[in-house]
Amino acid sequence: MSEARLFLLQRGSAAVLGLCVAVHLVTLVLAVQAGLSAEAILGRTRGQFGWLVFYGLFAAAAAVHAPIGLRAVLRETAGWKGQGADLALLAFGALLLAAGWRAAWAVFA
Amino acid sequence: MSADAGETLTARIWRSGPGRFQDFRVPRRANQTVLDVVTWIQRRLDPTLGYRFACRVGMCGSCAMTVNGVPRWTCRTRVERAAPGGEALEIAPLRNLPPIKDLAVDMTPLFERWQKALGRFVPPVEQGNDFVVVPPATPARRAADAGIECIGCGVCHAACDLAAADVEYLGPAALNRAWTLVNDARDGAQLARIAAVAAAGGAFACHSHQNCQAHCPKGLNPTAAISGLKRMAALGSRP
Ligand code: SF4
Ligand code: FES
Repeated sequence: MSEARLFLLQRGSAAVLGLCVAVHLVTLVLAVQAGLSAEAILGRTRGQFGWLVFYGLFAAAAAVHAPIGLRAVLRETAGWKGQGADLALLAFGALLLAAGWRAAWAVFA
Repeated sequence: MSADAGETLTARIWRSGPGRFQDFRVPRRANQTVLDVVTWIQRRLDPTLGYRFACRVGMCGSCAMTVNGVPRWTCRTRVERAAPGGEALEIAPLRNLPPIKDLAVDMTPLFERWQKALGRFVPPVEQGNDFVVVPPATPARRAADAGIECIGCGVCHAACDLAAADVEYLGPAALNRAWTLVNDARDGAQLARIAAVAAAGGAFACHSHQNCQAHCPKGLNPTAAISGLKRMAALGSRP
């Protein structure tokens, strides 16, 4: 993938993350202030496709954003670059996606 | 500043031989520049001191050094500005370029990056029948004008933390030059230049720390040039 595409993907995913983090934090604060237990929160998210899509998107954006940033960090601080590094980062992204989607599914199912 | 006879200043000069700073006492003079101090030492105290300059008026870009931790053109930097309040003057070679001797660095890697970024005018293969008209007020020409006064001093390259971290990074000077050329309607290598600056270690590596524009003695803004290259390479947008 070209540097230009990676750059756009990182910026685009950052925009999505910004929105998702804001929604997530506001929801969190509201739930805590309402004194909702974990049980009560899950009771409200279960079966709600909206929350599944929201957290699915959140996790996907994180899985795209983090490895691209880490790629620059590895290149600049450890000098690790090239195909080996890119494959490792792809695997890291896949791991993030799997863990994130698993968590989103747990909130839904 | 007073020019009292007998008043002196301490100049700590980097010596590459022993690999440490050496102190010299130099007469303090009104409006003296950092380059004046170095020249005085080389002429009166130690003729083996290695440094470089040519024009002494801020045009050639050959005199840049690290003065009290800051990269500067020494011929246009007054001592009282670099070391205010009678502070000792500490002069070292520029960072991020290989040292040759004492205060002189090898500029070759800088100009190699310019070439890698295609920072040179390339005439088109097909010359039209007429001259290209370049109205001075067009956005592209203004964008080129904003970066055209670079004297190739290497100060921005020395100021850049990314250039320090990644030896393959093309750096602010080379990318700024490329930006002036991608905005030149007469140039015939636009696609090749965009490809060169968009490759790994090119414009997209820049974190926009802006140390280059904070230190450029000509007041240029290579960060803005690099942002322009990013927009052009990623979105195809032109100024
Ligand atoms: S952009 Fe400024 S600091 Fe960089 S080489 Fe040109 S004149 Fe020097
Ligand atoms: S000696 Fe030419 S720019 Fe300083």
